[in-house]
Amino acid sequence: MNTNYRQIPMPVRYGINTVLLLVLCGGLVALSAAGVLSNYYTSVLVLAGINIILTVSLNVATGYLGQLPLGHAGFMAVGAYAGGIFMKATPLADLVRKGNLVEGIPYIVVALILSGVVAAIFGIIIGVPALRLKGDYLAIITLGFGEIIRVVLTNIDSVLGFELTYGASGLKRIPMISTLAVILVCVVLTCLVIHMIMKSRHGRAILSIRENEIAAESCGINTTYYKVMAFTLSAFFAGIAGCLYAGYLGSLYPNTFGFMKSIEILVMVVLGGMGSMLGSILSATILTILPQALQEFSDYRMVVYSLVLILVMIFRPKGLMGTYDFSMSRLLETIWNKLSPADTNRKGGQPS
Amino acid sequence: MSIVINQLVNGLQSGSIYALVALGYSMVYGIILLLNFAHGDIIMVGAYAAWMCMVNFQCHPIVSMIIAIVTSMVLGVVIEKVAYTPLRSAPRLSLLITAIGISFLLENGFQLIFGAGAKTVPSMITGSDIVLGGVHLSFPAVVTIVVSLIAMGVLTFLVQKTRLGKAMRAVSEDMGAAQLMGISLNKTISFTFAMGSALAGIASVLYLCSYPQATPTMGSMLGLKAFVAAVLGGIGSIPGAMIGGFLIGIVEALVSAVGLTVWRDGVVFAILIVVLLVKPTGILGKPVQEKV
Amino acid sequence: MKKFLALSMAAAMTLSLAACSGGTSGSTSGSSTGSTGSDSNTIKIGLIANTTGGNAQYGIAVKNGAMLYVDSLNEAGGINGKQIEVIAYDDKGDPTEAANAYNRMADEGVTAVIGAVLTGTTVAVADLAYNDNMPMITASATAPSVTLLEPEDPSQGIRENVFRACFIDTFQGEKMAHYAADRMGAQTAAVIFKTGDDYSEGLKNAFVETCAELGITVTSEQGYAAGDVDFKAQLTTIANENPDVVFCPNYYEDDGMIVTQARQVGVKSTFLGGDGWPGVAGYASAEDLEGAAYCSGYGLGTNTEFEASYEEKYGEPITGMFEPLGYDAALLILDAVASAEGQGLEAGSADYKQAVIDAMKATNGTEGLTGTFSFDEYNNPIKSVSMIKLEGGVEKFSEQY
Repeated sequence: MNTNYRQIPMPVRYGINTVLLLVLCGGLVALSAAGVLSNYYTSVLVLAGINIILTVSLNVATGYLGQLPLGHAGFMAVGAYAGGIFMKATPLADLVRKGNLVEGIPYIVVALILSGVVAAIFGIIIGVPALRLKGDYLAIITLGFGEIIRVVLTNIDSVLGFELTYGASGLKRIPMISTLAVILVCVVLTCLVIHMIMKSRHGRAILSIRENEIAAESCGINTTYYKVMAFTLSAFFAGIAGCLYAGYLGSLYPNTFGFMKSIEILVMVVLGGMGSMLGSILSATILTILPQALQEFSDYRMVVYSLVLILVMIFRPKGLMGTYDFSMSRLLETIWNKLSPADTNRKGGQPS
Repeated sequence: MSIVINQLVNGLQSGSIYALVALGYSMVYGIILLLNFAHGDIIMVGAYAAWMCMVNFQCHPIVSMIIAIVTSMVLGVVIEKVAYTPLRSAPRLSLLITAIGISFLLENGFQLIFGAGAKTVPSMITGSDIVLGGVHLSFPAVVTIVVSLIAMGVLTFLVQKTRLGKAMRAVSEDMGAAQLMGISLNKTISFTFAMGSALAGIASVLYLCSYPQATPTMGSMLGLKAFVAAVLGGIGSIPGAMIGGFLIGIVEALVSAVGLTVWRDGVVFAILIVVLLVKPTGILGKPVQEKV
Repeated sequence: MKKFLALSMAAAMTLSLAACSGGTSGSTSGSSTGSTGSDSNTIKIGLIANTTGGNAQYGIAVKNGAMLYVDSLNEAGGINGKQIEVIAYDDKGDPTEAANAYNRMADEGVTAVIGAVLTGTTVAVADLAYNDNMPMITASATAPSVTLLEPEDPSQGIRENVFRACFIDTFQGEKMAHYAADRMGAQTAAVIFKTGDDYSEGLKNAFVETCAELGITVTSEQGYAAGDVDFKAQLTTIANENPDVVFCPNYYEDDGMIVTQARQVGVKSTFLGGDGWPGVAGYASAEDLEGAAYCSGYGLGTNTEFEASYEEKYGEPITGMFEPLGYDAALLILDAVASAEGQGLEAGSADYKQAVIDAMKATNGTEGLTGTFSFDEYNNPIKSVSMIKLEGGVEKFSEQY
């Protein structure tokens, strides 16, 4: 790097980012609480948040690992049901009814972790055999697993002889815990964890598998281990998103989590750019809000989706953002450097 | 005993439709290594074409059938030219996602145009049922099985004995070398799509004979199961696709017959998973050596 | 690390962008809420129906039926001189969208809601409406869980604010079992139903239970899965048992194929169905259907005046009970709204909503298209069913049963 280019010291960067994040999230929650953001807009934001978590998590398997799982909705379903059944069994329902969500926080945290872990376990169960296959075969086998999860959720009650998922009539009366604050915290944590893992040694191993699996293996990377790891990570967060979805809607039906749902998440990842977290976040948000804004055109929504998907693949196969990621600090640095060119003799210091 | 035979005939009937569709998957995969997700929806378009002809234009059933088959064939080639040709050198993932996009476009486009409700297609072939020693064979079932066997025979002849068939096999063996031998890649690939889609068109006509309804999503599950059949038989292998189709049809009929209908889709996909894990190349597939 | 924080910033920024636009529109809708006070000239009613997507035909029918009543009421001068303004949103048959639609119309200041159409979407809306104590009536959601808090346990209480214009699943199953015993003298029965479907399983369970009480032997219960088109395997089994009647509690598209294929594999029994059957005549041949009977909320041809005005307005005839049920749902809730208006309460206030709910609950003998209405302790209507018989390929109203 050019020595003229001054960098913002790391602690300051953390500071700036944390403060901005807090202001934005806090601001949103405050706006919502003050009634400036109506219920409807808050609920759309909540949905956008859930979709962001889903998209960012699928991006781990699709964008970073370079595989194409078509059963992401299956993991979401497992998480949703695990979380939903757990939350129904806790006193959360009473607490929510009294509006006392603060006391319920321990239960919510346990429910979220539980649904993530259950989904991750399914991720390992499915990932270990499935990841022996590549490309199309992997896509198909995950599709098969996704469909089986749906069939099992529909019919498990009649086999076990007691009521767990309530089959097709749906799991109902789940405490509605997904407030804007809960969602924002989950979105930030999801992005944080995935970002940190991807910047670590493990993350680079995962990226190297995407670039060239054989080369990665010959460099001593345990490709099977890292593939399963990425897949499990992806499933874990899909499970959390599922739990939040259960807590948002209050009722769950197995048919919600069909093949279509998997494709919907995939479209968000592909449009944003495979391997770009910013892309995932942007496309998930836009694709949640846009259909709401365009209610009158809802007939055309799916047609437009599929057209856009095809056109993006033909003209911009890497997605709208490609692998580009946005950095606030980098932007600030660029501006800072432009405004006051640094003294070449000093490194990183303030101009005297 | 007769009930077992009846169930087997039921299975063979749906199995022959799966087999016809599976052939299309298999041929396309064999030649450009693409899972043509839109293949199932070609059946749907064929069914709507037949419905349009019969109901809106009052065509003769035979004419409607031919139009349905031709429409499917043309659609298959158009999809290939418009969506897949520009991506021939792109990563496989992009191609696969494009195929999914086409499939969605067709389903949602037709839903937009014709509505979500089912369209009833008047029966195209009529004939009395056949009773053989206590075994009751419905006429559509017999027609379906016979016609698909003939279609498969014709296909095998085309692939084995004609120049274009030879070119097809050469391209699927080694695309580069085939090109060097003077085989026109574009022509051969288009021919493959035309053949596969024509088979899908035949499947759609046969489907309508027994299940006379056209809906925008009728192709998706049918296509998925036919795909499972193709994988089971060994993807890229023509006899494999036929065997796979019949096997899936019979397994489905038997699972339903023993009262486990609700698990039927689960069983089909479980078979897929087991096949992929135990013998990913399927029953008749050739093992592929990965080159570094 | 830094990059991540930056990224989350981007996330938050995108969200806030949405929030900004949300904020502004939110405030405008807030002001419109204010204007719906008792001094304004309109009463806002929400209407949630799936007018696009897989089951759009039902949603469109309900919406058209409801609008027909609202328009006629408006032409007649509205309620207390106020016009009814319907705020209609499409839920695409998706519970998530239905919840969005409800939140949106609640923001826009509706005083009561008609909807949704399918069970899943209706439950999602009912959950939210219950929290707001918003008066709500569904025209067509038949599952018990729409009004019951815990579907398996009625003692847990009901959603006092949620009503329905149609009868519930179990009621139809019971009625059809009685009909099979009384009118057809059936001794044996088989069932073919759609597994994983609330409606179909609900009817089937009630039918089978009632059959046991009435001494009808149920030879087998055959299930099929959503999206199936081949029922021959199950029907071959039924053909071998040769029951007196086959109960087929599914929607007409499936029913048509089931009956056709049943005849192909040699089933001779009479078919019985539920209120998913209207329209079946277009999906199977007259010979195959001959003698089949089903119960419905409305017998086609029983109210020619309504049917004529519907056709005049929308250019197509009614298909079954969904249009009249939509009409009745609008009628019932607007009657209740009129009584709340009559008390001079402020629109949208808690008292107003409670007054509408009380008026709904007190409904007694209101004449609708689909029967005479009053509500039982679970907010389900008490009315008789129309029995429809298939004769020569025509669905004919035979009796009130």
